[in-house]
Amino acid sequence: MTGLDDFMLRALLAGIGVALVAGPLGSFVVWRRMAYFGDTLAHSALLGVALGLLLQASITPVVAAVCVALALLLVALQRQRRLAGDTLLGILSHGSLALGLVVLALMEGLRLDLLGYLFGDILSVTRTDIAWIYLAGLLVSAGLVLMWQPLLADTVHQELAQVEGAAVGPARLGFMLLLALFIAISMKVVGILLITALLIIPAASARYFARTPEQMALLASLMGCLAVGGGLSASLQWDLPAGPAVVLVAVLLFSLSLAWGRRE
Amino acid sequence: MDEHTKPLAEMRGVQLTLGGRRVLEQVDISVCGGEIVTLVGPNGAGKSTLVRVLLGLMEPEQGSVWLRPGLRIGYMPQRLSVDPVLPLTVRRFLALGGKSSGSRVNEVLQEVGAGGLLHAPVRSLSGGELQRVLLARALLRDPQLLILDEPVQGVDVAGQTDLYRLIGRIRDRLHCGILMVSHDLHLVMATTDRVVCLNRHVCCSGPPEDVSGDPAYLALFGSSPGLAVYTHHHDHHHHLDERIAPLEGRGEGDDRPG
Repeated sequence: MTGLDDFMLRALLAGIGVALVAGPLGSFVVWRRMAYFGDTLAHSALLGVALGLLLQASITPVVAAVCVALALLLVALQRQRRLAGDTLLGILSHGSLALGLVVLALMEGLRLDLLGYLFGDILSVTRTDIAWIYLAGLLVSAGLVLMWQPLLADTVHQELAQVEGAAVGPARLGFMLLLALFIAISMKVVGILLITALLIIPAASARYFARTPEQMALLASLMGCLAVGGGLSASLQWDLPAGPAVVLVAVLLFSLSLAWGRRE
Repeated sequence: MDEHTKPLAEMRGVQLTLGGRRVLEQVDISVCGGEIVTLVGPNGAGKSTLVRVLLGLMEPEQGSVWLRPGLRIGYMPQRLSVDPVLPLTVRRFLALGGKSSGSRVNEVLQEVGAGGLLHAPVRSLSGGELQRVLLARALLRDPQLLILDEPVQGVDVAGQTDLYRLIGRIRDRLHCGILMVSHDLHLVMATTDRVVCLNRHVCCSGPPEDVSGDPAYLALFGSSPGLAVYTHHHDHHHHLDERIAPLEGRGEGDDRPG
């Protein structure tokens, strides 16, 4: 295999691994109106990167840990009623992004590809990255299968689900942990600022073609894979930045789905 | 009726404050098997809160809630709004409450008069159809106690009478206890065995004929124009002799249940 083929193949493998998980996870983000929540978790990932570099540890697990910590903090803070949920998210989202940037800037003698973290660097994924993506991806998928029914019941009607004895609390918490894990593995592919796009756009594109939640989740995975394939090809063809190209193809697919949905 | 049976669910001396406002005060209520208890009261009287406390969704500050051990509850919430971005058929919605065989689901949908709706998207349902589907989900749990929060909400008057008749038939067949919330006493009168009139505390309770003539009930719902506690429209008022008369200026006629 030539060098060119090799890095493209790795990029494709990584992108597809992320897109497959993003389908069902993103569907829930859309159904539960948690797009801003996803953004907030993603922004905190930069703080994780800084921390990982400071500790000289492997970055992916540290980023996952920081996202989990922020998710737990958010759950705790949302119990108070003084500030509206989105205000709180805004504060934490931009606060953690700014803190991450400042900490990275303060670290002396560090040559860091900041743009790579912010917008993704899929063409430089290593075999280790791919292993992380598929390992965590399997974990996220297994978790989603386990909590699918209670989480969906909770999404449709919280109190009804609770009265019917669904494990609503564990499912909610579990979902946030899965989201945190997903962000840690997909950061390298599309970057901190574009992760939410990969969650939301394929799911929204799948809406018009689905009759059940499960169909929508699977179709979202498919849409995500198409976006990754198309984006990488475009990036190769016209020398575009890969992460943004993937997102743009996803937006294109969404527009097509809108047109199709209007025709229906 | 059924004064001698042991209740399925009972609440004693329940008190609850929300946002600095006392919502429930010294509330006692009980439901027995085979009995239909209707909770009436003005908006903000704490009806839904009382239901939530009974269901264990909220903790009372004082007082106690007792449910018969192992009690199977079917709950029909006040409203269901499914986000347009979530594709959901009636079948999938019903399955969220637990696994049931296809034939059982069909049977229950037939019973509530929603037979043809199995594959319909939940968002396409009319108000009355949605209420019937919600009722079906509660019935699929094979309940001993049904708790219905405003079961006729968003349904036209003719449909309301139908729904109340259906609820009466369900009680007769399952012999379950039913606690329902309503803000219209006249339509439920024919169906209900006992009425509890709630305005943060229990104002009065008893058979519907008694309650509709009770001074406490009349003070809350009655014709006195000086009392503006209760703002939802009435197209008729109650005379003390239980006659129901249309209000002047409205020609909607008598909606007294048949």
